[in-house]
Amino acid sequence: MNYRWDWSILFKDTYMGWLWSGLLWTVIISLASWAVALTIGLLAGAARSAPSRSARLLAGIYIDVFRNVPPLVQLFLWYFVLPEVVPDSFGLWLKRDLPYPEVVTAVVAIGLFAGSRVAEQVRAGIEAVGAPLMPAALATGLRPAQAYRLIVLPLGLRAIVGPLTSEFLITVKLSSLSLTIGVLELTAQSRHVENYTFQGFEAFTFATIGYLVIGLCVTGLMRFIDIRIGGAALRKTPA
Amino acid sequence: MIVIEDVHKSYGNQLILRACSATVSLGEVVVVCGPSGSGKSTLIKCINGLVPFDRGTITVDGVSVASPKTDLPALRSRIGMVFQSFELYPHMTALQNVSLAQIHVLKRSRAEADARSEKILARVGLGDKRDSRPSQLSGGQQQRVSIARALAMDPQAMLFDEPTSALDPEMINEVLEVMQELALEGMTMMVVTHEMGFAQRVADRVLFMDRGQIVEDTPKAQFFTAPASERARQFLANVLTH
Repeated sequence: MNYRWDWSILFKDTYMGWLWSGLLWTVIISLASWAVALTIGLLAGAARSAPSRSARLLAGIYIDVFRNVPPLVQLFLWYFVLPEVVPDSFGLWLKRDLPYPEVVTAVVAIGLFAGSRVAEQVRAGIEAVGAPLMPAALATGLRPAQAYRLIVLPLGLRAIVGPLTSEFLITVKLSSLSLTIGVLELTAQSRHVENYTFQGFEAFTFATIGYLVIGLCVTGLMRFIDIRIGGAALRKTPA
Repeated sequence: MIVIEDVHKSYGNQLILRACSATVSLGEVVVVCGPSGSGKSTLIKCINGLVPFDRGTITVDGVSVASPKTDLPALRSRIGMVFQSFELYPHMTALQNVSLAQIHVLKRSRAEADARSEKILARVGLGDKRDSRPSQLSGGQQQRVSIARALAMDPQAMLFDEPTSALDPEMINEVLEVMQELALEGMTMMVVTHEMGFAQRVADRVLFMDRGQIVEDTPKAQFFTAPASERARQFLANVLTH
């Protein structure tokens, strides 16, 4: 291989600045879209097991639509199509006045996509682990809403910390899609450095390690939460 | 105390209960037995409205279970129920399991509820297990916690749905002993069980069910010595010979 490695580019102020700023945006987008995903996912997932038919239906439609359209397509729809199909004044506001429009759009698009996946995990956890205890909780005189809040939901959520870790990690990686609408996150900045220096391997090594470290932090955090709330112990329960 | 009148129940075209009528008076212990699939569990779950029924009425202490005007949670809080597979809350300690409904239904303070729970756990022989989670307890211990959870609500009657069927043989007695004690203290009880020994010792009356019908409703002595129906005779012959 004729590649001339030159790690020093990573320590040049300009390029290092780009890469660090990319890393920062990746972290911001990941955390923000995960917050959106978790909020929407919890609501939609809980709504799937709600007594109200219309709530179940609405959540079902959301999950079906957002889970089945590729996230990249969704990103384009939000960024390029939405401002054109809403009333003019709102479209103009989206294009001109919304602060950090690419970042906000990326957060919303990735958050809603990931949210549909989280919702299915929440629903599965509630159905498989929480709901079977509903009769026992009702038999003690708890009202259905109390039984749901005190038993069904907490149990369902404890059961899915593991799968939610994967969803969180996927959300982090999806943040790289936002480069397609112009967000200068980690992947975009790595390409940027490559274009300027022709030292792409070094730049992408930085990106790889960056993603890896974020991923390991997420895994560690979720494992900590799992242990704290006793989810891991629950799953080991012999039948 | 519990009056069941002409109750019918079906799932789809599958008839589960037909024309079931029975009463359980205050302080009485009624054992419900019969072959699997005869509707025993369904019947007992109709009493506290966990399973809705199609026709007929059930009243508990004068309150109709199926009436839309009935405050079902309030009614349930006065009838304790113990399930075949314990159904404890796995993310809570034994004490929390027993205290939860006291706090949220009876509105006792946490301290008050916990004090009561400790007393009841001690009574079922688990005073030292208050901080154990269900997964750390044996089946028999879990079932006793489950009985404690029901008793903590100071129920007027207790329903047992095959409380020993999921237990290893050597744990059955520790649960039956607790139930027997309850019976001796005068608790009104309806017990679905295959434990004929328990029925012989404790029951006042035996209901025998087959294919969704209450085939026999007789005092204990008569049931074991001279059952009226051929089906009950067969059942007893099969159950008692081993």
